[in-house]
Amino acid sequence: MPPHVEFIGVEKTYDGRTLVVRNLDLAIARGEFLTLLGPSGSGKTTSLTMLAGFETPTRGEIRLDGRSLLRAPPYRRNIGMVFQNYALFPHMTVAENVAFPLSVRRVTRGDIGPRVRRVLEMVRLEGLGERHPAQLSGGQQQRVALARALVFSPALVLMDEPLGALDKQLREHMQFEIKAIHRQLGVTVVYVTHDQGEALTMSDRIAVFSQGAIQQIGTPTELYDAPASAFVAQFIGENNRLAGVIEAIDGPRCRVRLADGSTVSATRGLDLPRGAACTLSIRPERLHLGLAAENRLAARLADVTFHGDHVRLRVVLAEAAELVIKLGPRAAPHPLTPGQTVELGFDSRDCRALDAPGTATIDSADPAALQ
Amino acid sequence: MAADETAALRRRLMRAERRARLRAFALVAPLLAFLAFTFAVPLASMLWRAVADPELGTALPRTAALLRAWNGSGLPDEAVFAAAAEELAHAAQDKAAGLLAKRLNYEEPGYRTLILKTANRLSPPFAQGARAAMEAIDPRWGERPIWLAMRRAAAPLTGFYLLAALDLQQGEGGVTAVPAERAIFRIVLWRTLGIAAATTAACLALGFPVALLLARAPPRRAGLLMLLVLLPFWTPLLVRIAAWIVLLQEHGVINDTLTGLGLTRQPLPLLYSRSAVLIAMTHVLLPYMILPLYSVMRSIPPVYLRAAASLGAPPFAAFRRVFLPQCLPGIGAGSLLVFILAIGYYITPALVGGAADQMISSQIAFYTIGTANWGMAAALSAVLLAATLILYAAYARMAGTGGLRLG
Repeated sequence: MPPHVEFIGVEKTYDGRTLVVRNLDLAIARGEFLTLLGPSGSGKTTSLTMLAGFETPTRGEIRLDGRSLLRAPPYRRNIGMVFQNYALFPHMTVAENVAFPLSVRRVTRGDIGPRVRRVLEMVRLEGLGERHPAQLSGGQQQRVALARALVFSPALVLMDEPLGALDKQLREHMQFEIKAIHRQLGVTVVYVTHDQGEALTMSDRIAVFSQGAIQQIGTPTELYDAPASAFVAQFIGENNRLAGVIEAIDGPRCRVRLADGSTVSATRGLDLPRGAACTLSIRPERLHLGLAAENRLAARLADVTFHGDHVRLRVVLAEAAELVIKLGPRAAPHPLTPGQTVELGFDSRDCRALDAPGTATIDSADPAALQ
Repeated sequence: MAADETAALRRRLMRAERRARLRAFALVAPLLAFLAFTFAVPLASMLWRAVADPELGTALPRTAALLRAWNGSGLPDEAVFAAAAEELAHAAQDKAAGLLAKRLNYEEPGYRTLILKTANRLSPPFAQGARAAMEAIDPRWGERPIWLAMRRAAAPLTGFYLLAALDLQQGEGGVTAVPAERAIFRIVLWRTLGIAAATTAACLALGFPVALLLARAPPRRAGLLMLLVLLPFWTPLLVRIAAWIVLLQEHGVINDTLTGLGLTRQPLPLLYSRSAVLIAMTHVLLPYMILPLYSVMRSIPPVYLRAAASLGAPPFAAFRRVFLPQCLPGIGAGSLLVFILAIGYYITPALVGGAADQMISSQIAFYTIGTANWGMAAALSAVLLAATLILYAAYARMAGTGGLRLG
C-alpha cells in the first residue's frame, strides 16, 4: 500500500531566484499525525499550501493515495483544512458553516442535519448552531473550524497553525481535544506550527523545517534525545551549547576538547572527522551537581531561580561559556550561594557532538540560493 | 453606600459628563449652524411652500375668513359677495391680485382672467349690490365653482399642489384622478424611477467586475486602475456630457464609424434618445457604484475563497455562496447611492435626451424658472424627497442596522 501522502522532489519558488521549498521528499502514513515544525519562512506553510492545492510546485510531484494531485483543483482534493484564523464565513451561522461542505457536495437536506449535529457534538458545540461566528469565543470558533473541516469525512486534514490565536491555557486544552479527535477518527493529520511544545505533545512524527528543507524527521523522542544537527537541538526543547574540537574518535563516542583545554567524552551526533570544530549539545535537565559522572567540569554559580517544580541554575565556565541547569527541587544541594564554585557532572550519552556554527550541514545546496 | 451618597455621586457624575458633552457640542456647533442654514432651513421652507396657500388670505383677508365659515352649499350669502367685491376692487392696485389670479388659475384655467377682469372693472359703491355688480362683469360669479375654488384657496394650508404632483385633484366628490389628457406628473415620476432603476442596474453590471478587478489587483496596479476610475469623476459634468454629444450626434464619431464601416446605411438616431440618457447617466454615476463595492470587496479576506475551495466548493459556488453575500452591503450602498443621485438628474437628460426622456427635476426646473409656481415646484420636490426616503427606509429595513456601508 502506498503512503497516504507523498512529496517527491518538490520545489517551489515564487520569484524564480529564491527556493522557498527545496527538493522535498516526504511520505506520510495513513492515520499519522505529522507536524511540520519550523521558524517562519522555513517552507512549512508553503508545503501545506501545495498539498491543499492553493499553490503549484515549481517542480516535483505530490501524491495522495498513490495518485498525482497536481492536476486536481483544491475543491476536488477532498482534503479538510483548518485555517490559521479559522476563515469561518461571517454571513452564515455555525450550523450553515458546518453544513457548507455537505451542501456543495449536494448531500440531501435530510442527511445534512444529523451529520452537522453529530460533528458539532463531537467538538462539544451542541446548541450553538444558530449563532454567528462573531458571537463565539476564540476557542469556540476554533471548534467550528475543526467541525467544518471534518464534517465531510475527509481522510486527510490539514491544520495551519490552528491554535496560534488562542491563549496558552486554551491552546493546551485544544491540543488534547485535537489529539482525541485524531485518535477517534483515525484521519491523517498534517499539522503546521512554529511552537515546538505543541509539536512535541501532539505529533506521531515531526518534520523540522529550516530554509526550505527538512532538517530532521522523527518521533518527538528521537528529535529531543537525538537531534541530528545543532539547529534541531536548539529549536526543539531547551539546550546548552559548548564549542569544541573533536580530538579522538572511539566508535559511537568521541573526545572533545573545549576552549579552556579540558576534554569531555560525548556521543557522536554527526559523522564529524577528527580535528573538526563541533558544538556540544546538552539538555539542562541532564546536567547535575557534584554526582559521580563520566564528565566533570568546574564552574562558577551565577544565579539561582526557583520555579516551583524545578530550580534553575545559571553557571559560567572558565572561558565565559554559560550553561543552564534544571534540577528537581530535591536534587538541589543546600545552600547554593551565587559566586560559589560548583562541579557539573554529565554522561557522554546525554552530550552530543553536532555541527559547529557556520559549517552548515543543511544538505549540499548553494547557500547563496537561500537568500 | 447610603442612598443620599449615591444620589450625590450620580449628580457629580452628571455634572462631569455635562461638561464633556458641552465641549463636544461646541466643537460641532459651527457645522450644525452651517447645516441648519444651508440644508435644514431651505428644506423646511420648500416643504412649507408645498402646502402653504397664502394668496387669497393676503389679497382678500376678510373674504377668506368668511369663505372659511361658509359650508359650501348653494352660493355664499351677500356678505361674502360684498367683502369680495370691495377687497377685489382694492386689490387691483397692488400685485396681490395678480398672485391670487395665478393661484386660482391652477384650480381652473380661465380664472386668471376672471379675477383680473373683475378686479379691474369693479368700482364701488355698488348701486345694485355687490353680487349684481360682479355677475355683470362675469356671469361665472353667479355659479358655484368659482366660489368653491376660492373656498379651497381660503384655507392657510392646501393639499392642492401635492395632489396635483400626483395627478390628483380635489373635486366635490373628494380626491379623484385628473383626466388622462392632463395627467403628466405620474408619467414623469414613473419615467424618473424607471430611468434611475435602469441606470442603477447598468452601473451595477458594469461596476461589479471593475470593483472586483480593483480589489484583486496588486496595490500598484490597483492604484493605477483606481486613477482611471476617478479621472472621469474629476472631469466637469458638462465636459463629459459634451463628449457624449460629440460621440452620439448624427454625424458624430460613432455614427461616422458605423456608416464608414458600412454597418449602417444612414446615421442612427443615437442622440436625444432614452439610450443616450442612460449611457451618459451610467457613465457619470459609475464611480458612485464602484467605490462602495471596492471598499467592501477589499475588506473580504481572500482566505474565505480558499476555505470555500478546500471545503469542496467549485469557483462559481464559492463566489455565489461565500463572496457575493459578503458583497451585499456594498451592492446595497452603491445601488442606493446611484439610484438616489439618478432620480434627481436634470442636466444630463436635458442635454442628451429627447422630450420624452425628461425627468421630474426638469418639471421642478420648469415650475421654478419657467412659471415661478413655487408651490408646484415644492410639491414635486417633496414627492421626490418622499420617494428617496421610502427607498432608504426600505433598504435600511432590509439591511438591518449597520448594514449600510458607503465607504
